[in-house]
Amino acid sequence: MKYTEEHEWLREEDGVMVVGITAHAAEQLGDVVFVELPEVGDTVSKDDEIVVIESVKAASDILAPLDGEVVEVNEAIVDEPSKVNDDPEGEAWFFKLKVSDASPMDDYMDEAGYKAFIG
Amino acid sequence: MTDTPKRTPLYDLHVELGGKMVDFAGWEMPVQYPLGIMGEHKQCREKAALFDVSHMGQVILKGENVGEKLEAICPQAYATLKEGKARYGFFTNDDGGIMDDLIVSNAGDHFFVVVNASMRHQDIPHMAANLDGVEVTEIFDRALVAVQGPAAEEVVGSLCPAVRELKFMETTVAEILGAECRISRLGYTGEDGYEISIPEDRAVEVSRAFLAHEDCEAAGLGARDSLRLEAGLCLYGNDIDTTTSPIEASLNWAIQKRRKEEGGFPGADRIQRELAEGAARKLVGIKPEGRAPARHGVEVQSLEGNTIGEITSGGFGPTVGGPVAMGYVAKGHGAPGEKVNLIIRGKAQPAEIVALPFVQQNYKR
Repeated sequence: MKYTEEHEWLREEDGVMVVGITAHAAEQLGDVVFVELPEVGDTVSKDDEIVVIESVKAASDILAPLDGEVVEVNEAIVDEPSKVNDDPEGEAWFFKLKVSDASPMDDYMDEAGYKAFIG
Repeated sequence: MTDTPKRTPLYDLHVELGGKMVDFAGWEMPVQYPLGIMGEHKQCREKAALFDVSHMGQVILKGENVGEKLEAICPQAYATLKEGKARYGFFTNDDGGIMDDLIVSNAGDHFFVVVNASMRHQDIPHMAANLDGVEVTEIFDRALVAVQGPAAEEVVGSLCPAVRELKFMETTVAEILGAECRISRLGYTGEDGYEISIPEDRAVEVSRAFLAHEDCEAAGLGARDSLRLEAGLCLYGNDIDTTTSPIEASLNWAIQKRRKEEGGFPGADRIQRELAEGAARKLVGIKPEGRAPARHGVEVQSLEGNTIGEITSGGFGPTVGGPVAMGYVAKGHGAPGEKVNLIIRGKAQPAEIVALPFVQQNYKR
């Protein structure tokens, strides 16, 4: 598992990259009430704002961590946004990317690095 | 605005309770506790919640005919406000805009006024300059705590039985754990409840006693905002300011009949004209039909695509279970049931004009 400074986690699974937000991010956001996901088939570039997530407090964007194609999205969190608070690093993944350039992965943090990052 | 945020007498208690502290109008205040905004909101609607509102300005007005003199700067009928009664109002400017909203109580030998934290610096000099022969004293040595919700009477009444007899918008002085408190049956959540002014050195002890009741939990500014929004209550600086008139803000109800007829307050020309002819725009409730919250600044369009207004407060309403908003729409629009579009992140989202409030107000009249 790798982590970005934008508080996303990335996990490789069956040749695609599964992306979600960290437990720390979910806690900081507070109760999530709205999630807008990209469309399956969208081609995205690293740092594109592809997800909108709103908590009772505020709206925030989630950036594409890598270049690639969206191959699957988690509709369950659209129907029930509170899942993001309940299980952010498990059941409440956001989207799956078929990655065209995995090289930025090397820059992302491992678990220890992320823990140090969030202090 | 000072550089270092100020702390209320309850600061240490907020930290102890796990409050997430933020800077609000120059004060370090809890936006939420571990229960979270959603949980705190529901706690207030279903049982009782305790809010620290000590950042608001508490002011004592002493002198002859204070109520009458207040009528020169407020469009409310304060001259006839009876002892033991409180009344919502606002200061207007010469253009008929709202300088701040406030609660005025007739405490017998004085008037007790509560103003917004962000406007204290303006309101105190404004009253001092315009209330001839009235001694205007800002209180710095008392906390202000709100206990709100259907169980508020049980929570506060268990320590102070006298409060059970109070009705909505009535105020009294009574002892809680031996501390002399001013207790008023009002609030800004849409629920029954009390605001209690407590000597600062007893505020933590009294607050702990309320929180010790099984039906009472601490709640922060986040829940306070979603509660007042669902209750259709204006937030100064968001929904009302010096550019909005009380008639535009649908606050007609807060101006009593005599004052509407007689005028004699700043901006009366405009306010009386708008009462007669209607205002150019009107604050209304707006219910997004989808799930996306529409926040402050979102454009409101007619179905034909013309800009007709703007959202001033919006977010997720935990009791409603979906997004809720308030905003201004131009004259000719704003009838309940009218369909509009909200432009959220560049996309038109369907919404409907609705009557306020979004939830039934549960005051004890």
